[in-house]
Amino acid sequence: MTTFRGLTSTRRDLLKGAAAASLAGAFPMPAIAQGAPLKVGLMLPYTGTFAKLGKFIDDGFRLKVEQLGGKLGGRTIEYVQVDDESEPGKATDNMNRLVGRDKVDVVVGTVHSGVAMAMAKVAKDTNTMLVVPNAGANDVTRAMCAPNIWRTSFTNWQPCFPMGKVMYDAGHRNIMTITWRYAAGLEDVEAIKESFVKLGGKITEELYLPFPQVEFQALITQIAQKKPDAVFAFFAGGGAVKFVKDYAAAGLRTSIPLYGPGFLTDGTLPAQGADAEGIKTTLHYADDLDNPANKAFLAAFKQKTGQEGDVYAVQGFDAAALLGIGLDATKGDFTAKPAMYAAMEAAKIDSPRGPISFTKAHNVVQNIYLREAKGGLNRYVSVAHANLADPALGCRAQS
Amino acid sequence: MDLATFAVQLLNGVQYGLVLFLVASGLTLVFGILGVINLAHGAFYMLGAYVAYWLTLKTGSFLIALAGGVAIAFVTGLLLESAFIRRLYGRDHLAQVLLSYGLILVLDEVRHILFGKDVHSVAPPEFLRGSFKLTEVLSYQNYRLAICLFCLIVAALIFLVIAKTKVGMIVRAAAENRDMTRALGVRSDHVNRMVFAAGIALAALGGIVVAPLSTVYPGMGDQMLILSFVVVVLGGIGSITGAAVGALIIGLTDTFGQVLFPAVASISIYVVMAAVLLWRPHGILGARDV
Repeated sequence: MTTFRGLTSTRRDLLKGAAAASLAGAFPMPAIAQGAPLKVGLMLPYTGTFAKLGKFIDDGFRLKVEQLGGKLGGRTIEYVQVDDESEPGKATDNMNRLVGRDKVDVVVGTVHSGVAMAMAKVAKDTNTMLVVPNAGANDVTRAMCAPNIWRTSFTNWQPCFPMGKVMYDAGHRNIMTITWRYAAGLEDVEAIKESFVKLGGKITEELYLPFPQVEFQALITQIAQKKPDAVFAFFAGGGAVKFVKDYAAAGLRTSIPLYGPGFLTDGTLPAQGADAEGIKTTLHYADDLDNPANKAFLAAFKQKTGQEGDVYAVQGFDAAALLGIGLDATKGDFTAKPAMYAAMEAAKIDSPRGPISFTKAHNVVQNIYLREAKGGLNRYVSVAHANLADPALGCRAQS
Repeated sequence: MDLATFAVQLLNGVQYGLVLFLVASGLTLVFGILGVINLAHGAFYMLGAYVAYWLTLKTGSFLIALAGGVAIAFVTGLLLESAFIRRLYGRDHLAQVLLSYGLILVLDEVRHILFGKDVHSVAPPEFLRGSFKLTEVLSYQNYRLAICLFCLIVAALIFLVIAKTKVGMIVRAAAENRDMTRALGVRSDHVNRMVFAAGIALAALGGIVVAPLSTVYPGMGDQMLILSFVVVVLGGIGSITGAAVGALIIGLTDTFGQVLFPAVASISIYVVMAAVLLWRPHGILGARDV
């Protein structure tokens, strides 16, 4: 009997407890809200074709947070992970769940452009802060631009625009382009066309395949028949590997040089092997960028994950750095959005990819590098365009 | 398009068609004879390619990978038939679609656990490396040509087995009228098991021979599954000859569609399929409703 006595509470005790609890609920103290962990929703592809990219962005983000002492603006971080499966059809639901049910403060994501566009829409409607760590769809920071939408990766326009000058300076005048017929492919071709044609070059033919078809033989035969000076190609992942190998197998690698945005050879070099040797690409990162920030980053990433960091990890890393700057300015107060955004707009980050800053449309301003695939690495050749900012056409100027 | 280019594109189309036939023949066998819609056919194609990658890496020989991959797929097919597929005969298509969709998810996860998510490439056998000149600038891989020959040989073998052997006779009878064949006392469960395993082995075989050409990556089976269904429906369900004809039509349509009508390349094969089905609702050589 005695053992039970200590546990039984009288009705009076219960009432007292309930009253105390409701009082505490009625008068929340601001200090508690500030000390509460910041909820970060990571909406990334953790399965499917882009799974590795999603994991690297996730790892990069967490690495930066760890380097900042596990806190952003003095607040600890609570992560909510959602696998977006690179599935645009599920994007709106996933995003609504993060915002509505999980009540995250900020969402970081994603890789797939179609998913990112849907996320940007929800972010805009609910005024939730969104940081895009990869998807390049121009519109996210053009027509869809908003004070709460940020991007630490690139617009599709950015890596491709400098390629026009690179190819023209290499002496090419008549080139062909080949890519998948989908948003990213069309935006890429549009960007190189803009610079190449302005310089006086000519795009003799634009070849397109249905996305994500990888039977390239018919179009490669057409390239061999037309014999352009060079070819600009955009594919990614398995498609990039197969295209580069098919191109080399058709004997065109040495006779008609291949160029493209960095995705053609990024993360795919081990599978492409010698067939990728000598391919020149433009991107905002190179594996052997010789700056202290990059060396420190690669060493830290390797120590944390046991793997070689890449451009995706850098984009995740910088997303955390950007958030950190915003939250530092408000001492962790996430409700002071204008002050936070102002600090982020003024941010100058010494990123592993070189110095970066942000435009009024909240897209990253960065160097675009010319790289050459050599011995399994995308090696730095030169700066193709320094501090390139996206023109942000269609984004109404923001305060 | 000059004659030389036309000839090269014709070769491209035929080669693509032959690979499609190899994969689709397994699907049409399972679909036509067992009446089972196997959505996991593409997943076995992918798994075949990954097994080829893995065995080539471990043994250094593509030929061992070829034999080993087909054997593994065949045994897997036997086991799956005994455990799951046999319960589906005569059931409605929804049950079949659900089970085989589940199989896709399981196989994809197995692939993830065993081989990870990376893209890989497979080296063709030593004696087939290299290429020869087709035109002044264009080379053609020896391996591509070898695939054409290999697919033709496999096709001939399938036709021989079906036309000349007792097993083939049973298969033909079952494709014609499953219930009547059973009523006549043919031991259907044994034949069924063999047919299903052969179908899976053919899917894997397709993945294996394509691996050195196509690179090995997650999701590579998805598109192949859709194309295989198009080929099977076009040629007529259950008809091997139909699958061959359908595969060649799709290969040529896709190749010339991309060259001549690039703007509508993504729908060209479906337009052809729709047109053929209007003309022959059972498919070109089919006897049963689609």
